[in-house]
Amino acid sequence: MENRAIFSGRLLACLLVFPQLAISLIFFYWPAAQALWQSFLVQDAFGLSTEFVWFENYVTLLKTPEYYHAIGTTFFFSLLVVFFSLAIGLLLAVMANRNIAGVQIYRTFLIIPYAVAPAVASVLFIFMFQPGLGMIARALQRNGIDWNPVLNGNHAMILIVIVAVWNQISYNFLFFLAGLQSIPKSVIEAAAIDGARPARRFWTIVFPLLSPTTFFLIVVNITYAFFNTLGIIDTATEGGPNGSTSTLVYKVFLDGKAGSDLGGSAAQSVILMIIVIGLTAIQFRYVEKKVHY
Amino acid sequence: MVEHRRFGNLLPHLVLLAGVAVVAFPVYLAIIASTHDNTVIANGQMPLYPGSHALETYWNTIVSGAGRTTREPVGSMLMASFIMAVGIAVGKIAISILSAYAIVFFNFPFRMATFWTIFVTLMLPVEVRIFPTYKITSDLHMLDSYSGLILPLIASATATLLFRQFFMTIPKELVEASKMDGAGPIRFFFDTLLPLSVTNIAALFVILFIYGWNQYLWPLLITTRDDMQTIVIGIKKIIDVKDALTEWSVAMATAVLAMLPPVAIVVLLQRLFVKGLIETEK
Amino acid sequence: MANVTLRNVRKAYPNGFEAIKGVDVDVADGQFCVLVGPSGCGKSTLLRMVAGLETISSGEIDIGGRVVNQVEPADRDIAMVFQNYALYPHMSVYNNMAYGLRNRGMPKPEIETRVQEAARILELGTMLDRKPGQLSGGQRQRVAMGRAIVRQPKVFLFDEPLSNLDAKLRIAMRVEIRKLQRRLNTTSIYVTHDQLEAMTLADILVVMNGGKVEQVGNPLAIYEKPATTFVASFIGAPPMNLMSTRADEIKSQLGSADAGILGIRPEDFVITDQTPAGGVALALTVEAIERVGAETFVYGTRAQDEQRIAANPGELPPGEVIVRIPGSEAPPIGQKIRVAAVRQKLHLFSDDGRTRIEA
Repeated sequence: MENRAIFSGRLLACLLVFPQLAISLIFFYWPAAQALWQSFLVQDAFGLSTEFVWFENYVTLLKTPEYYHAIGTTFFFSLLVVFFSLAIGLLLAVMANRNIAGVQIYRTFLIIPYAVAPAVASVLFIFMFQPGLGMIARALQRNGIDWNPVLNGNHAMILIVIVAVWNQISYNFLFFLAGLQSIPKSVIEAAAIDGARPARRFWTIVFPLLSPTTFFLIVVNITYAFFNTLGIIDTATEGGPNGSTSTLVYKVFLDGKAGSDLGGSAAQSVILMIIVIGLTAIQFRYVEKKVHY
Repeated sequence: MVEHRRFGNLLPHLVLLAGVAVVAFPVYLAIIASTHDNTVIANGQMPLYPGSHALETYWNTIVSGAGRTTREPVGSMLMASFIMAVGIAVGKIAISILSAYAIVFFNFPFRMATFWTIFVTLMLPVEVRIFPTYKITSDLHMLDSYSGLILPLIASATATLLFRQFFMTIPKELVEASKMDGAGPIRFFFDTLLPLSVTNIAALFVILFIYGWNQYLWPLLITTRDDMQTIVIGIKKIIDVKDALTEWSVAMATAVLAMLPPVAIVVLLQRLFVKGLIETEK
Repeated sequence: MANVTLRNVRKAYPNGFEAIKGVDVDVADGQFCVLVGPSGCGKSTLLRMVAGLETISSGEIDIGGRVVNQVEPADRDIAMVFQNYALYPHMSVYNNMAYGLRNRGMPKPEIETRVQEAARILELGTMLDRKPGQLSGGQRQRVAMGRAIVRQPKVFLFDEPLSNLDAKLRIAMRVEIRKLQRRLNTTSIYVTHDQLEAMTLADILVVMNGGKVEQVGNPLAIYEKPATTFVASFIGAPPMNLMSTRADEIKSQLGSADAGILGIRPEDFVITDQTPAGGVALALTVEAIERVGAETFVYGTRAQDEQRIAANPGELPPGEVIVRIPGSEAPPIGQKIRVAAVRQKLHLFSDDGRTRIEA
């Protein structure tokens, strides 16, 4: 960091950083440390005594079939969400990047989902997909599909994927649009003069130049699918039926709420923390690279 | 741009119209449902145009809430959401601008250590450290309080990094000129830095207000009192997926009310919103 | 009003780099002092030390009889014009000028008088309500000057104030600054890397190189008697021709001298077949011609191979000589010519170029 420090009032500087440091220490570092510490402890059934057991909680966790099931669910769910939200976002951004009339109006509509809370988005879609009364559910049923997300795990998964994708389109759209607009026009014009047709131009020039944005968005969207969809799941399916929509984060939430196995739940949290730290590290590596180019 | 074909613009319009339809349809449907009678909706016979029960539904929703599932009027939920969202936005901006100011413009011991301590908080969303954070908040007797609702959610570095980034673009000479004009650090902050940061503050406010308004997990855990329930939590209690007797018109009116403030902000302050969104993510 | 005195001023950074290696300068009350030198020579650092924006490692800076080493910039009674102007972008022109006065608790009517007076002098009267972003480069420059003037300080400091302007405006503002300084009669220190700006503005010129003062004095005196080869080649454009006295052609004409380096300014040559008594004549082949109207620059190479002379800014390729002749003349390229300079126009320096030797 460049040294711009110009004022030297030490006391004042300490006062200025104090609020943020205090809040970070109390509500961030302390809980994170607690989770780590808890994950090495086992509490007896009555909560009377605790014992330090090293990695036993992790070992137990990794022997539980449901845990693997949750991992599988998380990856499947994330894959679908990341793919569809990126593809749709990119498609819309490419179209909005053309010099056409009314782009502002389209953009205004397309950013609305960002403002809708995940839980509220769930409610909107539940209404459409509610068997018996929902508009889309009835249409499906008329066509011989026995749609019922409450009983059918696949249907439940489809429902939360749709909500999660819908909720995330705005974000990807805006970032892709910003990325597209930062590509110098002259490069694309040069490609046109070189005889590249629009589709070819997109895949050989635009898409490669957009790759930093795409990469950034992939990481952000994975993080989103992993962690920020809890409200969607809790409202739409509550992880059911039979845990078929219970992702890792949702499982931490459920197990923690049940409160029976503090150590095991802490171990789950720690594993999630490691995943986020990993994702964030990847993101920063990319940011750093971007600086060098 | 490069194309001269006559129908070259048809495809983008079609795709964008389809996109807008997909995005807007669920919202439209919610608005329509909030104007119809419950029985019409429950039969699955709801038409695609507005009904005549709008005033009645919204009045009931805001003043008394859903009759069967919860007694809490949505009006008070809106209030709680508003206090939380503004609290988070203002709180986060306040602590961030101060710490960024210290980190960029002051020379003090452990400056880099302070920076990294704050920076690391970028890494863990509240979802993964939720229960230990809950416990701390409970130990501090902050359950069912706005401070408990707000403070843990403002412990994050995004805003600090944005301000830091912006402060680094301010020419050193401006600070020096200010010094020569006899301004000390506090005067420089209020006379120069704060006015220059207005756009950034506004953009950040838009993003953080939405972030705060849309919080789900934390308020769900931390509030047990009905009168502190935020609207995003309240709506979940109004609908019950497994129960066919949900009062859908009230639920949809609540959904519309829950969307209204953040959507209005995003649409009306679009320029600030886009700036805030793109810049907080670097 | 005040004089500014620097006594053995040094600046060393924690990493051991010495930016200023002991500088003594005395600027009398009301004088215009210009610090000139190539980039990295320490001139800006020195100015910022006078301003109080950089600490002083050792030595003393004295403004108006008061040692100000430990005094805050705001309390040194100085005003500074920055290279990028450093105007407050959110304040109007009026407030930009008034800000420093308000901070010092000056009564409103007096602020009003001073700002209006400055605006009148600088012809900013119609722009007082505008923001810096709405002004052109030259206007911003004037506001920066105005901010300095209203303070009525003991000393003006200028840090390359004209370098962001285009060439034409730069000349106009240069004249204005000089007129303004004469009129206000305020002691001024001005930093530039442009030797033309330095020559035209300075009462007292300080040529710096590598953190040290190479020469101090009246600009014309420095031009006529540069103390080192660095000054010789830095002041004057095109630069002075420097050549080794060891080359046979020159050695035979100068006789045995102590000097190792001979310098001749381009304008001191004449094209002639004669060799003036005690002077030096050179045989050149014309390589290139630049006709700029009033004068013509002839770039020629000498017959003999020339030994390389100590590296200096503006140094010519070995063996190349620039000659300035009237604009009406222009020898064809490839022609062999003879040029000569009289004894009084020769500059002699020691082998390392650090000492001037009077013939």
